Amino acid sequence: MAEVVIEKLSKSFGSVEVLKDIDLTVGDGAFVVLVGPSGCGKSTLLRSIAGLEDVSGGAITIGGRKVNDLAPAQREIAMVFQSYALYPHMDVAANMGFGLKFAGIPKAEIAARVSEAARILQLEPLLKRRPRELSGGQRQRVAIGRAIVRKPQVFLFDEPLSNLDAALRINTRVEIAKLHKLLAATIVYVTHDQVEAMTLADKIVVMNQGRIEQQGKPLDLYYRPANLFVAGFIGSPAMNFLKGEVVAGGTGLGADGRIAIALPPGATPGMKVTLGIRPEHMSIAVGGGDLHLAATVELVERLGETGFAHLRLASGTVVIAEIRGETGLKTGDRTHVALDPAHLHLFGADGRRLG
Amino acid sequence: MRKPLSAFAVHAILGLYTLLALFPIVLVVMNSFKAKRAIFNTPLRPPTPSNFDPIGYARVFDDSALPFYYLNSITVTAGAIFFTLLFGAMAAWALTEYKFRFNTLLALFLSIGIMVPIRLGSVAIIQLVAELNLINTLTALILVYTAQNLPLAIFILSEFIAQIPKDLREAARCDGLTEYNIFFHIILPLIRPAMATVAVFTMIPVWNDLWFPLLLAPAGGKQTITLGVQQFLGQYITDWNAVLAALSAAIVPVLLLYVIFSRQLIRGLTSGAVK
Repeated sequence: MAEVVIEKLSKSFGSVEVLKDIDLTVGDGAFVVLVGPSGCGKSTLLRSIAGLEDVSGGAITIGGRKVNDLAPAQREIAMVFQSYALYPHMDVAANMGFGLKFAGIPKAEIAARVSEAARILQLEPLLKRRPRELSGGQRQRVAIGRAIVRKPQVFLFDEPLSNLDAALRINTRVEIAKLHKLLAATIVYVTHDQVEAMTLADKIVVMNQGRIEQQGKPLDLYYRPANLFVAGFIGSPAMNFLKGEVVAGGTGLGADGRIAIALPPGATPGMKVTLGIRPEHMSIAVGGGDLHLAATVELVERLGETGFAHLRLASGTVVIAEIRGETGLKTGDRTHVALDPAHLHLFGADGRRLG
Repeated sequence: MRKPLSAFAVHAILGLYTLLALFPIVLVVMNSFKAKRAIFNTPLRPPTPSNFDPIGYARVFDDSALPFYYLNSITVTAGAIFFTLLFGAMAAWALTEYKFRFNTLLALFLSIGIMVPIRLGSVAIIQLVAELNLINTLTALILVYTAQNLPLAIFILSEFIAQIPKDLREAARCDGLTEYNIFFHIILPLIRPAMATVAVFTMIPVWNDLWFPLLLAPAGGKQTITLGVQQFLGQYITDWNAVLAALSAAIVPVLLLYVIFSRQLIRGLTSGAVK
C-alpha cells in the first residue's frame, strides 16, 4: 500500500475549471472519502488519480512516484465503478482474473489470487456465473474482487453503493469497512452520501465547485465545520442557520430578538453573521430564557424514540429541532426552543467560521 | 379481443409476403429435379416419380469447372465478410472512442459511401485493378466488395459500439489492457450480434453479384458461381436442367452462412455488465 499525494492539482474542460488548486494527502492505509454535491468535481478528482482524466496542472504522486503521465494500469491502482463495469461475456472468475492474464502472470498464480479474493468476498459458489446471473450486491462484490486480485497500491471507489437498495447498501458499507481493515488498504472513495462518508472515512474531504472546502476527521468536520457550506452539507437533517448581526455581548437576530453568546475575537458590533446550530442541539423549552426563541410548530415528524419538530420562528425562518420521547407537540402549538450554547457556530459574512 | 386479431393480421401479411418471396425459389428448386419436358409442360407442379430426373445436378457436378466456381464464390464472400467486419469494426471503434482532428469529417466522408453506388466508379475500378495486375483474381473482388460494404458496416457498428458503457472500457484500461486488447477482447465480443447483422447484409449482395465478377474476373477459372452458371445459358439453347440445378445448389452455402450468423444474433448479450 502507498501514500497518495496531490499537489496544486487543476483541471479544465475548455474554459471551465472543474478542479481548482487541489492539495490532498491520502496517508498509507488511510480511508479518505471525497464527498460533495453532484458536479463538485469529486469524481473528476478520483478519475484524475486513476489516470482516466488528464490533468491541466499540478502533480499526483503515488507511493513516491509521480504518475501524471502514466497510464492507469501503470499507476498500480484499482478502480471500482458505480456501474460495476463487469465484462458481460465472461464468468466471475474470468472477470476477476482478466487483468492479470494480460499482465503476464502465470495461470496458477491467477487462480490462487482469484480463489483468495473469492474466499474473502464469499463469491466461491458464484465463480462460474455470468454477471447477468448475479444480483446487484453480488456484482458489486465481483467488482471489488477484481480490484483486490490486482494487489494495487490504492483502491479507488466511485460511488460503489449508489446502485444498491437501502438494506444492501448498509451491509456492503460494513463489508467495505471490514475489507479496509483486513487488507490495510489505502482507499479513496467518492460518494454523495454523507452517512457513508461519516461511517467509513478516516478523513473526509468536502468538495464544492471544484475546490476542497474542508478536510479532516469526520467528527472534526461535524463539530467544527470551517464554513457555511460544510456546516450545511455534513449532518442530517442539515444544520439550522439564523441570520443576524453582532451586537454588544451577543447576536441580534432581528424579529427573533437578541441572544447573549460569547463572541469570538474579531467579532465587532454591526458585523453580519450567520448563527448555526444542529437540530440535536436545540430542545423544546417551556417559557422564555436567555437562549430561548419563540416558535410555532409547523410539523412534527416522529421516527420512534426520536423525532423532528419543524418550527417557525418569529422572523419567519423555519428551523428543525430534535425531540425525544413523548412531547405532545402538535401542529400550531406555540412554544419555545432552547439553543445549546456549547454547540453554537458563528459564521462571518464570507461564510467562514468565526472563532 | 383486439390483440389476437391484430396479431393474426400481422401474421397473415407476413405469411403472404413469405409466400411471394419464396415462390420463385421453390419454383427453381422444384423444377431442378424434373426432366426437361416436365419443366416446360408442368412448371408449377412438384416433381413426380415419373418425371423425376436429377440430370441437371449430374451435369453441374460433372462439369469440372463448376466446383471451382462455387469455391471462388465462397472465398470471395468469406473474404469480403472478414475484411468488412475487421476493418469496419476497427474504424467504428476509432471513430466513436477517440477524439482526433477530422474525426467528424472522416465519419461524414465514410457515410457518403452509403449514398453513392459503387458501380458508378466501375471504370475507375477497372483501371485501378488493371494497373495493380489484379484482373482475373479473387483478390480484386474481395477488395472491391470490402470497399463497397465498409461504409454501412462502419455506420451500424459505430452505433453499437457507442452503446457499450464507457465504464467497461475504462475498467479494462485500469486492468492494464492495451487499446488493441480492449478492442479484441472487450469490444468485439460485445458487438457480435451487430457483426452478425452486418455479415448478413454483406453476404447476400456479394454472393449474388454478377457485375464485378463480369468486369474484374470474367476468365482464368476465377469466375464466381453466378457467372459460371452463364455458360449453360446460350443464345439459342439453354440447358435449363443445369441452370436450375446450379442455382438451387448455389442457395446451400449462403443458407449455411446465414444459419451460422443468425445464431449470433442473440440479444441481451450486454445485460449484466452495468446496472
